[in-house]
Amino acid sequence: MSLYSEKVMDHFKHPRNVGVIENADGIGEVGNAKCGDIMKIYLKIEGDIIADVKFETFGCGSAIASSSMATELIKGKPLKDALTLTNKAVAEALDGLPAYKMHCSVLAEEAIRAAILDYYKKNNLPYDPELFKERDHEHEHEGSGDGE
Amino acid sequence: MFVYADNAATTKIRPAALQKYVEISEQFFGNPSSLHTAGQRAKEELERCRAKVASLLGCNTREIYFTSGGSESDNQAIESAAIAGAKKGKKRIVSTAIEHHAVLHTLNKLQKEGFEIVLLPVGENGIVSVADAEKAINSNTCLVSVMLANNEIGSIQPVAEIGKLCRERGVLLHTDAVQAVGHMPVDVKELSCDYLALSAHKFGGPRGVGALYVKTGAPLFNLIEGGAQERGKRAGTENLPAIAAMAEALGEACENLPSYMRRVSALRDKLIENLSKIPHCALNGDREKRLCGNVSFCFEGIEGESLLLLLDDKGICASSGSACTSGSLDPSHVLLAIGRVHDVAHGSLRLSLSEDTTEEEIDYLSEEIPKVVEYLRSISPVWRDLQEGRRSYIL
Repeated sequence: MSLYSEKVMDHFKHPRNVGVIENADGIGEVGNAKCGDIMKIYLKIEGDIIADVKFETFGCGSAIASSSMATELIKGKPLKDALTLTNKAVAEALDGLPAYKMHCSVLAEEAIRAAILDYYKKNNLPYDPELFKERDHEHEHEGSGDGE
Repeated sequence: MFVYADNAATTKIRPAALQKYVEISEQFFGNPSSLHTAGQRAKEELERCRAKVASLLGCNTREIYFTSGGSESDNQAIESAAIAGAKKGKKRIVSTAIEHHAVLHTLNKLQKEGFEIVLLPVGENGIVSVADAEKAINSNTCLVSVMLANNEIGSIQPVAEIGKLCRERGVLLHTDAVQAVGHMPVDVKELSCDYLALSAHKFGGPRGVGALYVKTGAPLFNLIEGGAQERGKRAGTENLPAIAAMAEALGEACENLPSYMRRVSALRDKLIENLSKIPHCALNGDREKRLCGNVSFCFEGIEGESLLLLLDDKGICASSGSACTSGSLDPSHVLLAIGRVHDVAHGSLRLSLSEDTTEEEIDYLSEEIPKVVEYLRSISPVWRDLQEGRRSYIL
């Protein structure tokens, strides 16, 4: 299908870091089943480094690919880098997403931040609340129609 | 293996129809409106096609108008009844919640123009109740529009019974029979309808061509103004090759209808039985009153677009009513209308069979679909929550 780039299809069909981390240091879940997208990110933190990351996703092809790519982008990286990861960076790393699928990359960004916030809170670590404020994203949706 | 199981979206053109298309293009290329021999030969062929389509639907030749397809036919029928209704001060239209967008969006437009639109609910089986229709028709009602068979869940509607009711009350009835024609017996007299829309590419004809049946005496106004084609009701040079190919395809479909229905419904039943073994799934639509080629399921804990993409990777062409497949936020209005909540409506799969579908293909579908569902569940946090008791099963 040409709806998605080859990279999206690769990450969708062969997702990296899929699964669960038992006793994860931080877990973030965003989205809801009603909208058809849920992403869950599990983090293993050593020092200030993301030693391991896994994800589970309920959602469309681009949601699964976005989760996969996002985990690749933060694995082995310092927390501060993961915190500044943007949905645009995820989408760009996937060679782009269709406009109405950009919200999938937003979910990936939000899931990572939710997992890091969970880690800070669980461990009573100080953090800058500014970093976890809701960000403005362009959520684009096109008209409906089943095209039959 | 390649399995095309999306025949409700469109069908592969029948060889006889394609041959007809080429033959007519080469031999009857004149404009039916021209006075010369080439034109008049084309005109004769056009009228032969009209007579053929009319006889297959059980109506008079003069009651068939060729259009660009199902959407145009639906639009013209509804708009015509609405214009005539408004002239008499009747501005109520009764339809159902599961109509195709060609009907629903036309009704939305009329609502903005001041019409009162009543969309009847359907039961869990996806069938509208005749009693509800009866209650909804009042003295202000100018039109009832009920599809003959639903495109997503295949449920067959009691159009003939509603038709009788409409006749008694003197209300016009339109039926969108796009999914039904060529797949089940369709006779406009038995249906007691005033309008019927059909589309060629749903039964092995070409795209971009369809027909509208209009009962003699029922109002008909133009959507397209111009020349006097189609007795002045639909301007534009007739697409004769496509019309002839449509007539050919319809003839073949109707001729083989009993054996087609018997064979394909057996394949459908086998597939339904096999897929029903997947845990936490549900068949959408009525088990009995459904199109012979329609199989529609919801699978809990997964999303339809990812399901379609993985099936496509295995050579399986199918369809889904999930929001992500249409680019909208909401899943299919049909699935919502039969009471599927958003969570499970996103995980829908439609397989629509054809007369080319084989036993081997059904076996392949029965083998591959459960595997893909299982894989997607294995990476789904929703499924994990269901399995570990943090969320309750809906299906």
